[in-house]
Amino acid sequence: MKPVAPKPTPRRFHQASWDEPVIFELSQPGARGVLLPQVESGIEQEVGDVSSTLPEALRRKTLPALPEMSQVHVLRHYDRLSQENLGVDLNIDVGQGTCTMKYSPKVNDQLARSHKLADLHPLQDESTVQGILEVMWRLEQFLKEISGMDRFSLQPGAGSAAIYTNMAMVRAYHTSRGEAGQRDQVITTIFSHPSNAACAKVGGYEILTIYPDPDGYPDLAALQAAVSERTAALFITNPEDTGIFNPSIEQFVAAVHAVGGLCVYDQANANGILGITRARDAGFDMCHFNLHKTFSTPHGCGGPAAGACGVTSSLAQFLPVPTVEHDEQKYYLDYNRPHSIGKIRPWFGVAQNILKAYAWIMSLGAKGLREVAEIAVLNNNYLLKKVLEIHGASAPYAKGKRRIEQVRYSWEQLSRETGVHSEEIGYRAADFGTHYWTSHHPYVVPEPMTLEPTESYSRADLDEYAAILKHIAEEAYHSPETIHTAPHNSTVHRINPEPFDNPQEWAITWRAYKRKAK
Amino acid sequence: MSDHKPIVYPYIANSSPATKAEMLKEVGAENIDEFYADIPDSIRFKGTLDLPEPLLAEADLTRHIEGLLGKNTSARERLSFLGAGCGQHFVPAVCDEILSRAEFLTAYAGEPYEDKGRFQALFEYESMMGELLNMDVVNVPNYDGFQAAATSLLMAGRITGRTKAMICGTIGGDKLSKIRDYIRPHLEPIMIAYLPDSGLVDLADLGAKVSSNTAAIYFENPSYLGFIETGAEEIAQIAHQNGALCVVDIDPISLGVLAPPADYGGDIACGDIQTLGIHMWYGGGHGGFIATRDDPTYVLEFPSRLFGISSTTVDGEYGFGDVAYERTSFAKREEGKEWVGTASALWGITAGVYLALMGPQGMGELGKGIMQRTAYAMKRLSQVPGLKIRFKGIHFKEFVVDFNDCNQPVAMINKKLLAKGIFGGKDLSVEFPALGQSALYAITEVHTQADIDRLAATLQEVLR
Repeated sequence: MKPVAPKPTPRRFHQASWDEPVIFELSQPGARGVLLPQVESGIEQEVGDVSSTLPEALRRKTLPALPEMSQVHVLRHYDRLSQENLGVDLNIDVGQGTCTMKYSPKVNDQLARSHKLADLHPLQDESTVQGILEVMWRLEQFLKEISGMDRFSLQPGAGSAAIYTNMAMVRAYHTSRGEAGQRDQVITTIFSHPSNAACAKVGGYEILTIYPDPDGYPDLAALQAAVSERTAALFITNPEDTGIFNPSIEQFVAAVHAVGGLCVYDQANANGILGITRARDAGFDMCHFNLHKTFSTPHGCGGPAAGACGVTSSLAQFLPVPTVEHDEQKYYLDYNRPHSIGKIRPWFGVAQNILKAYAWIMSLGAKGLREVAEIAVLNNNYLLKKVLEIHGASAPYAKGKRRIEQVRYSWEQLSRETGVHSEEIGYRAADFGTHYWTSHHPYVVPEPMTLEPTESYSRADLDEYAAILKHIAEEAYHSPETIHTAPHNSTVHRINPEPFDNPQEWAITWRAYKRKAK
Repeated sequence: MSDHKPIVYPYIANSSPATKAEMLKEVGAENIDEFYADIPDSIRFKGTLDLPEPLLAEADLTRHIEGLLGKNTSARERLSFLGAGCGQHFVPAVCDEILSRAEFLTAYAGEPYEDKGRFQALFEYESMMGELLNMDVVNVPNYDGFQAAATSLLMAGRITGRTKAMICGTIGGDKLSKIRDYIRPHLEPIMIAYLPDSGLVDLADLGAKVSSNTAAIYFENPSYLGFIETGAEEIAQIAHQNGALCVVDIDPISLGVLAPPADYGGDIACGDIQTLGIHMWYGGGHGGFIATRDDPTYVLEFPSRLFGISSTTVDGEYGFGDVAYERTSFAKREEGKEWVGTASALWGITAGVYLALMGPQGMGELGKGIMQRTAYAMKRLSQVPGLKIRFKGIHFKEFVVDFNDCNQPVAMINKKLLAKGIFGGKDLSVEFPALGQSALYAITEVHTQADIDRLAATLQEVLR
């Protein structure tokens, strides 16, 4: 035979499209998906049908109208839906900037599935949970070393919960000094994650947002003008979501400390600075990590994740209870912390992700973590060069400078010249089996695109992703209609957005749809 | 390990020296350090992080982690009666199979096009929860039941424009701690007394404390201590007579037999979905739900994602997307409702799988069976000399055992049970001093009659 012709670039792709009904449409009355252990006759004879003794108002009259399906049909339905989803394992997932979509090692998932973790009850006697307590204690030691902070809590369920936890500790600190009433403002930057502003608002603070200077760096003069005796804290991401490291970070910290405020470092973007620079060394009082970002635990379609809050020794008294402690004989939980902010979530944290993060660090060590950071940054700057070769794309701010681990790009020129918007480029990117994200709102950078290639992706992956963007950019100039009508090779076609913002039409459940769709 | 031979890391695709060199050349950099030019020398970390030597080989890592996990003894290896908000329930294999699918496990924040699967799966989760709860609006899961309760109260505060939240006195200490911290700037918590014999909300105390500034009356059904709040309808009426919302915190696994809050006047239902097909994970298996009626006054106060259904340009094709996205902190930062972020989406998908497997019959049988086993356990333990059941009335899954007539504290009894392979119920002596030496026992479908009989016999033995 003749050799098979070379493959085109970008690759031809078509996502699975099962045209799958909504699960209620698969119901077959009488079918069962799983059977339960029967109540023994001895129990029946002893107590009878207990539920019939419920008061009338509290007794369910008709069984819930759940679908009735055999087991394989439930399985098949969800397997099909899973095929209509892209995860890191399947795609070159560099398109979800700020989220550090790195490889989550399979071995860690496998280890965490052990019944020695999955079937542990959080109230078990400490003697029966020494293994997981040791993992928690040891991970805390690692994070202390990586950040320079003195103590950590692994309790928050995710990054934003960790930001909230830090905010609650800021509030407790000022309350302990009798300044809670006076300090009613939190300062953040527009390129810090929105949860820094949102969580502080929930905590009762007024939010002051600093915009960048013309070069894209957080504006030191604006910060200096904003701080006052009303400042409770600075909540700042660094490097920011632009991938630009704030070179004046020490001056930011100094300005806030000078007025008695605390400095809280959002380290969601720490992947490019592991072993390079640490929160404590920049003068911060608190920080947080996202274990599902920097430390590799899988993102699970949006959780379960895990957050970790680090503090200096003088703030450790405010950490959530319990902390995990260690003496010569054993690991144990310490609830005797009278100044603690209390509970942030049930129990002690997302234990399975704590284990996965611990295993990931153990597999890399200090040199490996530094290699993670360096390759993440190399990959990012490599992709930056490739993207800037595409007509219509730019990387606003910090002209000619390198970036850390991600870049917020702009398609402003392309959009101006073709009428194609950034969101539509994302719809078209789905046609090539990739994910793509614009940015958080507001779009300070016009027509934004945020790419973060982490350490997981190969040079060929980066070339392929850049080739997809280049292909789409060329389409924008030559056949914009292809993009305006995209996606074409995805699971679904262009979705009618109108019902989503119309209370007469929106349907958040199937029952609401059945009632409202006429 | 040799310092001379460079390590090529399996998780880092470009870590071979040759690839690195080529890429540096391509971007015109002499070395990696050029990329860090903006980081001042004064805050550069000098030296090497003090971390253990890595376990580079997967086999070594596995041995190490399995060694650590081997120090644990799981509830599956013993007979456990622990609950208190983390339920030991049967987890169907298909639940674990689906949550392990790489497409779900490793995805994140994709759009309704390339990640249509998660949008549909979570819409279906919302929909099945809606059937269970008899409500039209259910959120994409937030962190856990504690967060769901706290946010439900803030929603009630925003909806009513009022500043006080009344909370049932038998709520667990940890959840109350979370709620107090969370609502502090916005709502003042007012605790409602409970009746000493039954644990039920003291309606007289409630009536005396409720006011025109009450945003919400919050109670649990079943309660943290396991009894069913039989005054639920009256509580809802008192709330409504005073212009407050009725917020009911429930265990969804009870809804095959218990009426959902919507049926007795609940305005907001909330709780935790860990019981729906999710392992305990030492407390890592939690996800929160909030449900309301389909009224924009309520819907627009949700902080969470709400996935809705729509049509597409192709006939017969469903599309999915975010309902009322502009209310979220993703859209509006601090002007959004509280905040939204990564929480527990995979548990939502898993709970959906669970509900589909169980179906109406399964949920009905499950709830009925738990009530029977619980009643049986209450009866058996009450026959053990020295033991009493603290609260009268009908219970679901959990109940308080009164050890005050025994001459040993619960902590000591639990140590003795542990030595005999039983994890006794939660010691309540610190959390509820008024109950003295009492413990909260949990009975689910994993327990057989023989298990319960063994518990009773063992207690009798250790109390002798």
